[in-house]
Amino acid sequence: MNYIKFLLTGILFGIVMSKAEIISWYRIYEMFKFQSFHMYGIIGSAIILGIVIVQIIKRREVKSIEGDEIVFCHKDRSVTRYLAGGIIFGLGWALAGACPGPMFVLVGYGYLSILVVIAGALLGTLAYGVLRPKLPH
Amino acid sequence: MEIITQPWEWYVAGPLIALVMFLLLYFGKNFGMSSNLRTMCTIAGGDKVADFFKFDWKSQRWNLMFVVGAIVGGFIAANYLTPSETVALNPKTIADLKALGFENPGSQYLPSEIFGGETLFSLKGFLILLGGGFLVGFGARYAGGCTSGHAISGISDLQIPSLIAVAGFFIGGLVMTYFFLPIIF
Repeated sequence: MNYIKFLLTGILFGIVMSKAEIISWYRIYEMFKFQSFHMYGIIGSAIILGIVIVQIIKRREVKSIEGDEIVFCHKDRSVTRYLAGGIIFGLGWALAGACPGPMFVLVGYGYLSILVVIAGALLGTLAYGVLRPKLPH
Repeated sequence: MEIITQPWEWYVAGPLIALVMFLLLYFGKNFGMSSNLRTMCTIAGGDKVADFFKFDWKSQRWNLMFVVGAIVGGFIAANYLTPSETVALNPKTIADLKALGFENPGSQYLPSEIFGGETLFSLKGFLILLGGGFLVGFGARYAGGCTSGHAISGISDLQIPSLIAVAGFFIGGLVMTYFFLPIIF
């Protein structure tokens, strides 16, 4: 029962990603060409609402469903890793047209060649884990 | 029903993504998809090759359930909620893609020139898919998050590292779109 809520939230996520065409390679291409407001509207409105939600949670000290304090994942300060990692990610995002969420949604959607992209993403994650001690962070 | 079956506008999708982020926070978790890739590497035995994969993956079971949900959501959308898969692209985008050699831009969600069976079983096509995925997986872990973890969760929490990462996403994306894609296709 505990995990059902995550399954249901995931289903909502998968439907939104599909119905708003966020899983479409074309929408990502169009975004990077600055030829449509669609993706900017989606990310922008999600962020603006997200900022409001986070502020309300922090100021009103909203508790989680289990009654605990809501903890935000804090990122360490650095520039190198975020910029270098971000650029590498962006190169892949514009090529494969899918970031990690849509990759999985596309499997359910029936585009099975995306499994090769997922295999690549797993290899990339593995490579990072192996090279991590040698990379500047 | 037609409201649901037609493509959803940005002002519907954006707030719903914020809702997903809120629900996960309310459930005591953080919205971030790419950490599942790390979890999957650990399950596959990655902890034997790098310390990075030595962690209690069971603490991430909730996120794997979220992934299963995302797959089911895609299945439901494809089979019950999407009578037409045409993507209403900007005519300029269609012209640009035709110039690159794409035959029917926007006729379905993914171009057959990249994801079609014929491409998949050619060496170049296979390497594009594998390489694209590799860059996403490597970059997401190096940057400590992807579009969900940084662009949505991180910036919503006004974190500077996430802003830097998202700037990086765009630099990389623009370089690929304007410089590499015309060379590749």
